[in-house]
Amino acid sequence: MHIAILGNGISGITAARFIRKMSDHQITVISAETDYFFSRTALMYIYMGHMRFTDTQPYEPWFWEKNRIALRRGWVERVDFSGKQLQFTEGEPLAYDKLIIATGSAPNKFGWPGQDLAGVRGLYSYQDLEYMEAHSDGLKRAVIVGGGLIGIEMAEMFHSRHIPVTFLVREQSYWDAVLPKEESEMVSRHIREHGFDLRLSTELSEIVDDGNGRACAVITNEGERIECGYVGLTAGVHPNIQFLKDGELEIGRGILVDEHLQTNLPDVYAIGDCVQLREPKPGRRPIEAVWYTGRMMGETVAHTLCGQPQAYDPGIWFNSAKFLDIEYQVYGDIPAALPDDTESLYWEHPDGRKSIRINYRKADGAVSGFNLMGVRYRHEVCDKWIAEATPIETVIQQLGLANFDPEFYREHEAAVVAAYNQQSGRNLQLKQKRSLSAALRFLRSKTAL
Amino acid sequence: MKYLQTIGLVLFVLALGIFTLMLGLDQYRLSSDTLAIDNDYHREAFLEAARAADALDKTYGSSFAFSGQFKSLLQDAQASLNERAEAGIPEGLGEWDYKLGDWKFTEYTLATIRQSAEGPVTSQPLLFLLLTIGLGSIGGLLYILPVFLKIPGIKNDRIFHSSLQRGLDLNWRTFFLGATILGILIYGFFYINNFFWPSVTAAIMGLIIWLVFSYENSRERTPARSAGPGYGLNTAWLGVIAGTYLILFYVLLYWAPEHITPWMRMSDPLSRALNGGEASQWFVYGLLYTVIVLVMGVKMIAKYRHNRYQIIRTISVMFFQTAIAFLLPEILVRLNQPYFDFKNIWPLNYTFFFDWNINNLINSGALGIFMFVWGVLLIIVAVPVFTYFYGKRWYCSWVCGCGGLAETMGDPYRHLSDKSLRAWKFERWIIHGVLVFAVVMTIAVLYTYFTGSQQILFMSSDTVRGWYGFMIGSAFAGVVGTGFYPLMGNRMWCRFGCPLAAYLGLVQRFKSRFRITTNGGQCISCGNCSTYCEMGIDVRHYAQRGQDVVRASCVGCGVCAAVCPRGVLRLENSDLDVDTRTEALRTIRISGGEVRIEM
Ligand SMILES: Cc1cc2nc3c(=O)[nH]c(=O)nc-3n(C[C@H](O)[C@H](O)[C@H](O)COP(=O)(O)OP(=O)(O)OC[C@H]3O[C@@H](n4cnc5c(N)ncnc54)[C@H](O)[C@@H]3O)c2cc1C
Ligand code: SF4
Ligand code: SF4
Repeated sequence: MHIAILGNGISGITAARFIRKMSDHQITVISAETDYFFSRTALMYIYMGHMRFTDTQPYEPWFWEKNRIALRRGWVERVDFSGKQLQFTEGEPLAYDKLIIATGSAPNKFGWPGQDLAGVRGLYSYQDLEYMEAHSDGLKRAVIVGGGLIGIEMAEMFHSRHIPVTFLVREQSYWDAVLPKEESEMVSRHIREHGFDLRLSTELSEIVDDGNGRACAVITNEGERIECGYVGLTAGVHPNIQFLKDGELEIGRGILVDEHLQTNLPDVYAIGDCVQLREPKPGRRPIEAVWYTGRMMGETVAHTLCGQPQAYDPGIWFNSAKFLDIEYQVYGDIPAALPDDTESLYWEHPDGRKSIRINYRKADGAVSGFNLMGVRYRHEVCDKWIAEATPIETVIQQLGLANFDPEFYREHEAAVVAAYNQQSGRNLQLKQKRSLSAALRFLRSKTAL
Repeated sequence: MKYLQTIGLVLFVLALGIFTLMLGLDQYRLSSDTLAIDNDYHREAFLEAARAADALDKTYGSSFAFSGQFKSLLQDAQASLNERAEAGIPEGLGEWDYKLGDWKFTEYTLATIRQSAEGPVTSQPLLFLLLTIGLGSIGGLLYILPVFLKIPGIKNDRIFHSSLQRGLDLNWRTFFLGATILGILIYGFFYINNFFWPSVTAAIMGLIIWLVFSYENSRERTPARSAGPGYGLNTAWLGVIAGTYLILFYVLLYWAPEHITPWMRMSDPLSRALNGGEASQWFVYGLLYTVIVLVMGVKMIAKYRHNRYQIIRTISVMFFQTAIAFLLPEILVRLNQPYFDFKNIWPLNYTFFFDWNINNLINSGALGIFMFVWGVLLIIVAVPVFTYFYGKRWYCSWVCGCGGLAETMGDPYRHLSDKSLRAWKFERWIIHGVLVFAVVMTIAVLYTYFTGSQQILFMSSDTVRGWYGFMIGSAFAGVVGTGFYPLMGNRMWCRFGCPLAAYLGLVQRFKSRFRITTNGGQCISCGNCSTYCEMGIDVRHYAQRGQDVVRASCVGCGVCAAVCPRGVLRLENSDLDVDTRTEALRTIRISGGEVRIEM
């Protein structure tokens, strides 16, 4: 059986690796972007000089041949679903028995005047990075439009080259659609602390042409003109499925798939950023464009294709990011606006760069989410607490189990307990400090403490 | 802030310039008064030869001119003594009390050139000490201190844009390494005056290359991640200059100390204050080493000032280098006790079981015996016990001097280690090969010590130990180990060469509570951890599949955990799962985590 995988990102590659582990099927992975799989999440580090492009490739080039995963570089312009064939802009078509579509995302553009000028671009692909690099020499200022995770990465990238950055963010505070107020304000403060020109509640109206088809300034919704040589568009992404539209494949905002990640067509599956789940799990979104879900989908689809059908179950939500120097981890459900049935315990370090938030249900105290800024927590411990609906008071007395900061780091769990006592009028004590042995014992135990 | 840094840099470069140029400032005058030959026969023969060549009471402009002339006179003296010895050696003298052996050349040359110098360095040693080490440290600190004012966090910006730090591509690396090894082997023939051991070494190198390339199938697996494409000489020239400088420094230090006597001269005042005697080249080396560890340690602390693990660890290596490795032995000497570095463990300290060391220790009273017992206990108790509890890091990145230098001066080059699978294969053959060599050499030496017989099977224990000292102790640990910092990373020696690291590594791999835990599924495969692992461990390989890192070579520097932008890695210990540390796989979560598979 020949399985063709369209897209060599984390989802496509994970699928290929697991299919190879479990079977002898013929595998071809297709991509127009790069010869080998690289970590998209590391694009910024290449630009900043932390790593070379080769360092972002998780597998050495010989890996593919050794594991009999054929790689083909080329752009697929059409899929002939009935003839089971991929058609390329150049070269021979490729026949398949089963197809996995893993084409990822593309940056959003909202029809701004001037959005297609030279010097205006999103940051998603390796080519985008090369473009940014080519426009960086002698750059006097860059404007970044859109305050999400990629926007702040792009700002940090220019900053590392001492290129001044103006950061236009539509929201009142950085990423406040996702982060609760305190965390969002912390990041906004931190962005300014680094010397970025952060413009909150500001939108882009127009990008100005310098007369030669290049961007030379932007005009904001307040009518202000900001001179700049580069405009980074980072107002989110959408599934990269343009070339699949108007065909037999059923598409919403993304490629619609069922719980086995199968599309409406037989033998055609879709995974990763380009997917829209018909029936997401409760509390989850139909499109989740993150690394981890792509990886899990890749593994799931591989099982299904190798005769061990698996329903896609991403488990409890988790994510992480880094805002300049502040690391961010989230486990479970931390909505930006607190629902009525939920209580939140929030502790912030006096230095204003660390915080711990734990959400729990008012009714029974069951913890529902952890939000960490500048502090590291153990994934499995938080996951288990949430899965078992452990009461908040049990959790905070054992909170050291979750601490994952390096050795000798100061532990803040006692302060979290104190914050809880203050908030609830109780008088609890921290019973467990950071300890791997204790965490292992906890994880091995069948039920919560 | 910027100004301070610029001034600091200028001062440092100035100091480095003076440090280098001062080697050529003094002149050398050969006269019978300054001749440091203590054997009367040798002395007379030398003076005869000198008179015949009309070389006495002449001034030589450089150490090269002087030592060239001096050695040729020694050869004349040697020849005439040999000739006279044919006729018979004076009653009651050993052969080498009369004849002049080759091995005396360096000693006589070095001692005489020390006596014969005249010029600015000789008359103003303290001034030069201040202008070089003093000024350099001040410059370095001025450059470093403003970093404390920045917002704390990982700052690796533009490392791969820096000509000093970006490293070379695989071809250039191979060229430099190959040329250096070849040079060392050729020099080795002359040094050891024996064809057998250099040939055996070359054959073993060939064997290892064959094992890795053919037996382990690595020929086609050209490492892509060893270095970036197109990083040739033109863009990495500062790194090449720095590497070459370091290599030359070590060559002079080990094999031609007669050319660095101005450095000894300027260190004399300090040496006298500490141990009461003149500075040897080893004193100079220890002094420079300590100052560099201290100044660059401050840099390390500044860079990681948000990270208490790094700060405490760095203070630890600064302390052990300054107090235990440098000051304490000098003070012991002043107190007429044996020179002893309490933290240096066999087989890194390969001279520990040499006859002169054992005799020196056991003949030095209670303290000497204590030192000997201490040294043995370190080997058989401290290494396994501490490594069981904390991993090899307790030594390699907290105590050891080589590790101390690598973690301070070497930190800016840590990303240059080769992460390819091929490099790992080389590593395992070479480092365990060195361990075997060290053990065999030591057994031979002890055999001779107890039986008095030089010859064991086909080898003479004296030659074996001489060759070990030359090849491993000097060439590998110094020339390649440190000289290649800017070319191939800061742990070349620790990763490929150190026999003690091999021993610690075996304990760590098979019986230790230490591991680097992977935090569930949080890894984004970005590669920062692998890139900044100085031991060339592909940390990401483990992290992205949710497996804890248990590797013999991991020195527990903690930098992978520090640079990880997603908080995925943690160095930690537990005795709950010593034998199953590597088993858990966490990233994979299908249907509530029921399916767990390995690749
Ligand atoms: C700068 C940046 C930082 C990020 N950081 C994080 C992070 O920290 N954490 C996180 O969870 N997520 C992060 N993400 C998101 C994450 O990278 C994506 O969710 C993930 O890469 C999606 O993987 P994928 O395999 O679905 O698709 P992709 O990685 O996008 O791979 C799809 C591939 O298919 C190719 N392709 C598409 N169409 C065709 C065609 N017609 N013919 C040929 N080839 C085609 C594309 O060129 C591409 O190479 C980041 C994204 C970016 C851009
Ligand atoms: S462990 Fe951290 S640094 Fe290493 S690849 Fe994963 S996310 Fe990157
Ligand atoms: S694995 Fe991490 S702790 Fe170990 S040597 Fe490498 S960087 Fe240091």
